[in-house]
Amino acid sequence: MATLLEVKDLVKHFRGVRAVDGVSFTIAKGICFGLLGPNGAGKTTTVEMLEGIKAPTRGEILYKGEPLGPRFRHEAGIMFQSTALQDFITVGETLELFQRFYSKCRPLPGIIESCSLQGFLDRDTRKLSGGQRQRLLLAIALVNDPEVLFLDEPTTGLDPQARRNFWELVQTIKALGKTIILTTHYMEEAYNLCDEIAIMDHGKIIAQGTPKALLTEHFDDVVLQLPREEFPAGRDHLPMTIVHSRNAVEILTNDVNATIQQLLALGVSLAHLQIRPRTLEDLFLELTGRELRS
Amino acid sequence: MKLQRFLAVFSSRNKEFLRDRSALAWNILFPVLIVMGFAFAFSGESLDLYKVGVIKEQAPATRPEFLATRYIQFIPVTELNAAIIKVERHQLDMLLDLAARRYWINDSSPKGYILEQVLRGTSSGEFSKQAVSGRGIRYVDWVIPGILAMNMMFSALFGVGYVIVRYRKNGMLKRLKATPVTPFEFLAAQVASRLWLIMAVTVTVFIGTDLFIDFRMLGSYLDLFIVFALGAVSLISLGMVVAARTASEELAGGLLNLLSWPMMFLSGVWFSLEGVHPLLKKLALIFPLTHLTEAARAIMIDGAGLLDIAPHLLALAAMSGLFLAIGSYLFRWE
Repeated sequence: MATLLEVKDLVKHFRGVRAVDGVSFTIAKGICFGLLGPNGAGKTTTVEMLEGIKAPTRGEILYKGEPLGPRFRHEAGIMFQSTALQDFITVGETLELFQRFYSKCRPLPGIIESCSLQGFLDRDTRKLSGGQRQRLLLAIALVNDPEVLFLDEPTTGLDPQARRNFWELVQTIKALGKTIILTTHYMEEAYNLCDEIAIMDHGKIIAQGTPKALLTEHFDDVVLQLPREEFPAGRDHLPMTIVHSRNAVEILTNDVNATIQQLLALGVSLAHLQIRPRTLEDLFLELTGRELRS
Repeated sequence: MKLQRFLAVFSSRNKEFLRDRSALAWNILFPVLIVMGFAFAFSGESLDLYKVGVIKEQAPATRPEFLATRYIQFIPVTELNAAIIKVERHQLDMLLDLAARRYWINDSSPKGYILEQVLRGTSSGEFSKQAVSGRGIRYVDWVIPGILAMNMMFSALFGVGYVIVRYRKNGMLKRLKATPVTPFEFLAAQVASRLWLIMAVTVTVFIGTDLFIDFRMLGSYLDLFIVFALGAVSLISLGMVVAARTASEELAGGLLNLLSWPMMFLSGVWFSLEGVHPLLKKLALIFPLTHLTEAARAIMIDGAGLLDIAPHLLALAAMSGLFLAIGSYLFRWE
């Protein structure tokens, strides 16, 4: 696949702090690329350098083989983590305003429909709910029919329902063949939407690949979960890896049958047993020794 | 520069201003209230004294009895033409030329009429009458160009300086940076939007207050419009310099006050700079508001033409150019 964006040894210093510390990757045309990491990992700084908003201290960013320039600004759609819109103008007028900035545009009715803005086109932008606002910001990012779409933590602060709706919206955009660059600290979001991810911590990329490949590369086990109260105390000498998480006991195993038989032999009730595969959350914990949202 | 992008920013800024009803109402009401307040406060006759200017180029052989009249203040004058203008404006009630045995009074001045009767009664037939005409200048006539200019200054400095800083702080400029809009297109649209809004408000206030107060306007309306427009451009550009990089609204507010307050008191808006210390007089020339106020006043009160106020126009144009250059050079989206 053709490379759309290429990042070479990107560095950004802020008053002596290395926010981004030598990051390199390439993004193929048409994929959804996820930058993951906890708050303060350097995701937003990295993505703002890709967007042309911040100048790198060092390193190179190439869009279609050229440094970022007017062509990039015409072909990129950007949704920031937080954006203030002009006061006293409506949703519809905001879309028209942004559309007039570009020479090539996608017709507004299509964008309005796909982002479900029909119900509040005449509303002042200050009077939108969180989900409505995010959909409007996405619609603004789509007015120029962009080739590459940047979404910086698009679902932070949304309720679970609004988040799922937003994911569906992103899937339909992906189906149109757009390249998407997404930053998030929700591993589930990355797993659902991204074809390729890079996990960042302390300004560096610590793992990169497809979500599935990363998981199979690092894990060959699954997790058995049992409620804490059903698990007998003082069994830490059991021949299995036991992880105590907040409300449950988690047992890591690559032989589910054998472990279940061991548990039955110990008289543990399996009535509330849950078996789950390893997730990106586990991967992050494994790589950094820290929980993602801690 | 692409016109379509300029017009997009221009029209959305206009909508924002026109739909913000409270700010719009304040922009119009504030100057009207000040003008009305002054018209009311200075409406009474302030001095009961009769003022007679006396030209004493050559000492006359006999001192006329008239000069001994009580309750008349005799003011020595040296320049005839300037003194005649003062009679026209009712700043002098009579002008007396002892050597040439002439006197001037304003036909529309009641005080002039009384003084004429006194003069005839005391020195009958000695003096020949030279009548002039002209309405008296009230303080409100003198102060209104300054008030219009001052209102313009606040609207320009805060409407551009403060608003751009707010856009920067809340992230709107960052969003625009990510679009093909160039800083020049954005700034030009802000200047243009504020300019026409200021001119519309000023014209409205001018017409509205003139209906009630009927103030003095001797010059050309077109000239006055040109002076106000150029003055507005210079003040808007000054606001742009403040807004070029400032990211905090508090700092911007402080800087804008630091600029507007000295201008308000030292630019001759409220009182004439004739009598102030020469150093202060020189200092006042660095303020665009001084040139704007004096040029507008010269047109309205003296009926000056553009040529008469060319130095002020040149100063305003030079300041506009300088401020625009500095503002766009320093400007950063973030």
